Amino acid sequence: MAKKLLLDKAHVPGIRSYEVYRKEGGYRSVEKAFRLTPAEIVEEVKLSGLRGRGGAGFPTGMKWSFLAKPEGVPRYLVCNADESEPGTFKDRYLMEFIPHLLIEGMIVASFALGSNVSYIYIRGEYAWIADILENAIDEAKQNGWVGKNILGTGFNFELYVQRGAGAYICGEETALIESLEGKRGNPRIKPPFPAVKGLWDCPTVVNNVETLAAVVPIINEGGEAYAKIGVGKSTGTKLISACGNINKPGIYEIDMTISVEDFIFSDEYCGGIPNGKRLKACIPGGSSVPILPANLLLTTAKGEKRMMNYESLSDGGFATGSMMGSGGFIVLDEDQCIVRNTMTLARFYHHESCGQCSPCREGTGWMERILKKIESGKGEMKDIDLLWDIQRKIEGNTICPLGDAAAWPVAAAIRHFRDEFEWHVQHPDKCLTENFGLRHYADPIHVAVTA
Amino acid sequence: MIKFSEEKLKKVSEIIQRYPEGKQKSALLPVLHLAQDEFGGWLDTPVMDYVATLLSIEPIEVYEVASFYSMYNLKPVGKYLFEVCQTGPCMINGSDDIIGYIKTKLNIGVGETTADGLFTLKTVECLGACGYAPMMQLGKTYREHLTKEKVDAIVAECRSKAN
Amino acid sequence: MADEIKTFKVTIDNITIDVPAGTTVLNAARQIGGDVAPPAMCYYSKLQGSGGKCRTCLVEVAAGSTADPRPMPKLVASCRTTVMDGMVVKNITSEKVKDARAGVVEFLLLNHPLDCPICDQAGECHLQDLGYEHGKEGTRYEFPRRTFEKEDIGPYIQLHMTRCILCYRCTYVADQLTDKRVHGILDRGEHAEISTYISKAVDNEFSGNMIDVCPVGALTDKTFRFKNRVWFTKPVDAHRTCDTPGCCGNTTLWLRGEEVFRVTARKDEWGEVKSYEGKPGWICNTCRFDKKKTSDWTIEGVTKVNRHSVISQGKYEGLVMPKETVQEVMGGRAPKLLMNIHDESEVNDPKIQLSEINGPAHAENFKN
Ligand SMILES: Cc1cc2nc3c(=O)[nH]c(=O)nc-3n(C[C@H](O)[C@H](O)[C@H](O)COP(=O)(O)O)c2cc1C
Ligand code: SF4
Ligand code: SF4
Ligand code: FES
Ligand code: FES
Repeated sequence: MAKKLLLDKAHVPGIRSYEVYRKEGGYRSVEKAFRLTPAEIVEEVKLSGLRGRGGAGFPTGMKWSFLAKPEGVPRYLVCNADESEPGTFKDRYLMEFIPHLLIEGMIVASFALGSNVSYIYIRGEYAWIADILENAIDEAKQNGWVGKNILGTGFNFELYVQRGAGAYICGEETALIESLEGKRGNPRIKPPFPAVKGLWDCPTVVNNVETLAAVVPIINEGGEAYAKIGVGKSTGTKLISACGNINKPGIYEIDMTISVEDFIFSDEYCGGIPNGKRLKACIPGGSSVPILPANLLLTTAKGEKRMMNYESLSDGGFATGSMMGSGGFIVLDEDQCIVRNTMTLARFYHHESCGQCSPCREGTGWMERILKKIESGKGEMKDIDLLWDIQRKIEGNTICPLGDAAAWPVAAAIRHFRDEFEWHVQHPDKCLTENFGLRHYADPIHVAVTA
Repeated sequence: MIKFSEEKLKKVSEIIQRYPEGKQKSALLPVLHLAQDEFGGWLDTPVMDYVATLLSIEPIEVYEVASFYSMYNLKPVGKYLFEVCQTGPCMINGSDDIIGYIKTKLNIGVGETTADGLFTLKTVECLGACGYAPMMQLGKTYREHLTKEKVDAIVAECRSKAN
Repeated sequence: MADEIKTFKVTIDNITIDVPAGTTVLNAARQIGGDVAPPAMCYYSKLQGSGGKCRTCLVEVAAGSTADPRPMPKLVASCRTTVMDGMVVKNITSEKVKDARAGVVEFLLLNHPLDCPICDQAGECHLQDLGYEHGKEGTRYEFPRRTFEKEDIGPYIQLHMTRCILCYRCTYVADQLTDKRVHGILDRGEHAEISTYISKAVDNEFSGNMIDVCPVGALTDKTFRFKNRVWFTKPVDAHRTCDTPGCCGNTTLWLRGEEVFRVTARKDEWGEVKSYEGKPGWICNTCRFDKKKTSDWTIEGVTKVNRHSVISQGKYEGLVMPKETVQEVMGGRAPKLLMNIHDESEVNDPKIQLSEINGPAHAENFKN
């Protein structure tokens, strides 16, 4: 069994309440953190090698050390709980079942960053979870962990929950800040970065829920001990939300030393694919990361076993690899249509584009329409090339990475499943009633042997 | 006359207290949620104008924000709003069938409201419940692992609550 | 000792200049001028916070600075990127830029109605110029274009949302020049639109400047609409003593004969409102909409028209048919939907100099 740092107490009855949480050792990290200086806490986090769990994987300690500290200007910590990337539902689990873990992490992080008022920006649809968090904050307050002069340290700290109102783009940190300021969720043009000019133009750190929760074990066990878990630059544990065609969808905490194959097929994790179906493809890190056919998913182009960690998942770059992303693991069995799946993702990005910059505003809808056309058997061969050209012209040319996130799934689907797209074009009637099926997508790939 | 109850007004000023002096515009999203809950499930222009007055901002600032976020309804909706997710992971698990079933059962199309004003069907994009698909949002909570039988039960439940 | 202003050396398309620190790449390129200056559809130097949205001004940074000469991984918006000392930028010398820009132009034209022959802005439209210079192929978009109803926003301005490219400039004008903004961006993504939401009137002495900053024909002067085509009027520089505080009183009058068809602010070579003593030369609505007699004005002389613009082509020697431009914008595709107004209309024979006709033109004037 892999070591669990975040979910080890998740199944203790009543862990949602302060009393049980505290009895199980909760809030120890706050006590410990107050004996350290803020700089020492940042140092521990640096040592831990923790990488942001929101998708980009940026080293958290480094991000914290970039925070500007001008005299007399407040600084803010904002927790990104907007979780809207299709396939991702891990933050929800943490907040719904162990809300105090996030609050504990935020107290430590706020102390380290010098934020006296911090916010949790949660997606609007998670309305009942906002209530759970607010209750938990009240409990923490009653017990002296939040409020004025916490534990007699002189540190004042308030924590508020802010609900969004339905916009994936507000997961992008500058759009989130705009939204928290009561505006449309239009991402800002960077620079300036939030570390210098963020919420109300003050220096701000935005971190994912899981990132902030991970601060708790890092302080408790020490950065060095945390770094020993996992491999290479993938330290610690990672929450994976698994869904799609698997027997046991849900949230799993892995230590990043397990292979993708074991993750899908072992009973400890996803438990294999239902109804004896075969694996066709997988999107391993949330809808924006490249989809991989079964063969490239389980084995890298070099012929090595692919592992569930940052490096291995991205091995081969976009040509033959994918990304860890937000840990949204979507499995597709042999009965799934890649064209249709890609169409729903294109529809998603089209729906979620903020509309500020022209390539994303105009290009996402265009891609969706062409995919719909192909999916409904009306496509032409030139449409596939056109799709490729459109995604290429969006990628890298937009204000925020949503443009890239919209382009990548389309690019990867065409890159690896072009023959399925062509089959749709060539079989306008058949494609309405039948699926292309597994074909060669699980066949072993030929690995060139270098002498 | 559109006006929040005393209790709601207290809530509004409590929300405003969360932000620094002069940053009361930050309260816009939470206050719009309150307003939508209070005034019939949607945001009519006078309601938005009222919110603008409460927060001392221009009405257009409210319209801009209300029309950006998908959870604010700018048109009336039924008493029960079925928001069914149709994105990839839900689609893989049969959301199309669920949407189809609701359409026939309630005899409405997507975006339409039943004649009795009870139900509105809306398709939405990923709500963060992909592992529990297919799913829909109903009011403040999610209904997950939907089947036709579950849809039947939910419709019955709403009907009995409405009486 | 006087404070020394720090200057940075920047090389754009192989031309090196010194600019004060804090200058954007776009403004540095404008100092060099000519083709080196990237096209800018949303940035407006006189409007704070503008830029970054349209992506037409993307450039390649081949070297970040002398201190860190690594190239930037992505193209950057030159209007929002400040120069670093020793930065090397490629605009028209970069294939990547040309390719991306052609893409952006295609995106901008995707939903554009291409109704140039019936658009007031035709001839002075930045999108038309852009399509002319950077557009590549004809449209590959085969789906219905999005359309909106025309909307009057106040007594003087008409909004033709279908043509809008969402540059946000007009919202900055409302925020920065008028006391309150009643129009804004509604909805999101592809559905985003400029609107007042409930048909409110935009009513402020400086609201007319929205028309001048609009790069396309989305906001037009209602007092001018359909009176004439821009290229048949003659622009002259004029001024009057205006007592509206903040109005510079310097304008361009668009004349035909003795009649003032339209009043606009004066534009510089980048299509922006000209500055006077460092201050933007905005004009008030009285000058713009109410002073329609030549006797209201002191006329200075013929306005020099920017060579980039479609209007400047053969302005005073014979007129250029708009058809050619339209075809160019549409990638050589002969417009089916559009009509060539010269063929369709009796009153627009290009062989007849309109400025020579005294009084309003009638079909009679064109019958030989
Ligand atoms: C379109 C878009 C959506 C995003 N959505 C989320 C999200 O839902 N949750 C999240 O934590 N980060 C999201 N991110 C990443 C954030 O911008 C940011 O990198 C992250 O919150 C930083 O936290 P971390 O360093 O702890 O990962 C998104 C980014 C983009 C471009
Ligand atoms: S890339 Fe898309 S979401 Fe991001 S700023 Fe541009 S339009 Fe908005
Ligand atoms: S109306 Fe004109 S100025 Fe306003 S956003 Fe549209 S194109 Fe820009
Ligand atoms: S795809 Fe339906 S909840 Fe995520
Ligand atoms: S002018 Fe720079 S992005 Fe529009």
